[in-house]
Amino acid sequence: MSAAGKPEPVFEAPWHAQIFALTVHLNEAGHFVWADWAARFGATLKAHGLARELNGGEDYFAAWLETLEGYLAEIGMAAPSEVSSLRDAWEAAYLSTPHGDPVKLADA
Amino acid sequence: MDMAGLLGQSLFMPHDHHSHDDPHALLPSDPALRVKALETLLTKKGLIDPAALDEIIDTYENKIGPRNGARVVARAWSDPKFHAALMEDATAVVADLGFYGRQGEHMMAVENTDTVHNIVVCTLCSCYPWPLLGIPPGWYKSDAYRARVVREPRKVLADFGVTLPEETAVRVWDSTAEMRYLVIPKRPEGTEDLDEEALMALVSRDSMIGTGLAGGS
Repeated sequence: MSAAGKPEPVFEAPWHAQIFALTVHLNEAGHFVWADWAARFGATLKAHGLARELNGGEDYFAAWLETLEGYLAEIGMAAPSEVSSLRDAWEAAYLSTPHGDPVKLADA
Repeated sequence: MDMAGLLGQSLFMPHDHHSHDDPHALLPSDPALRVKALETLLTKKGLIDPAALDEIIDTYENKIGPRNGARVVARAWSDPKFHAALMEDATAVVADLGFYGRQGEHMMAVENTDTVHNIVVCTLCSCYPWPLLGIPPGWYKSDAYRARVVREPRKVLADFGVTLPEETAVRVWDSTAEMRYLVIPKRPEGTEDLDEEALMALVSRDSMIGTGLAGGS
């Protein structure tokens, strides 16, 4: 909690950094304005926080991801069915790649 | 590999078609796979540049952080003209130092005195002056902080080890996508002879959010 202690990582997990960067990049490319993003994200956080108190770590970025998936679906940039099949393709790729080898999608 | 990873591999992963000598690549979590799926889809559509994502991550992991804000505070403490200009138009003044861009479009400096202590929150989500402080810490994004600091700021400050005199009022600033705040903490006593670099070392991230004091806690 204090700044005097050991340095805290900026992002706790690589995917937190990736979803953050993806959102910033899409905003800067003009696909949405930040105020709209913040309003949607705030609404998701509020909805999630009704069930339990969010700790600001993994659950914060889970809300972030859910918001971005919903927003991109709504503005026609990423259909849920396409995202879902790519997610499953990545899972299959990980499960069929020997440990230590780079993981790639079959058709990528 | 950590202990949880080892246990996960040997005990819980239900992929018996692999031998233990040749395990598959460690499967990322469900959200991590969903992020990869989004990236892949948007890259295929030509809507994003993966190199730009790496650049953004590198910037916030390695280049931008609370030292930027600390420089602004240290200069405000030691240069009266800079201080006056900062309080008048923080956005323009910090931009002159090269601290501008994402989430720094509109910034305001709020100064702690003997009579008022400022503390910053974003009750909506986690708006934060990225060019000056980098990415917010986990606690800044937690429900506990975001809800409580408005309701009982003195108790939150006590949790951070900060006790203020009773006569000091606490003012809470709620950040938005349009306006971000930088707290200018009180300059510690006995620091009159220090130069800017030495003063910067006294300015913690928390002191610029208002959950700490300069030179301690």
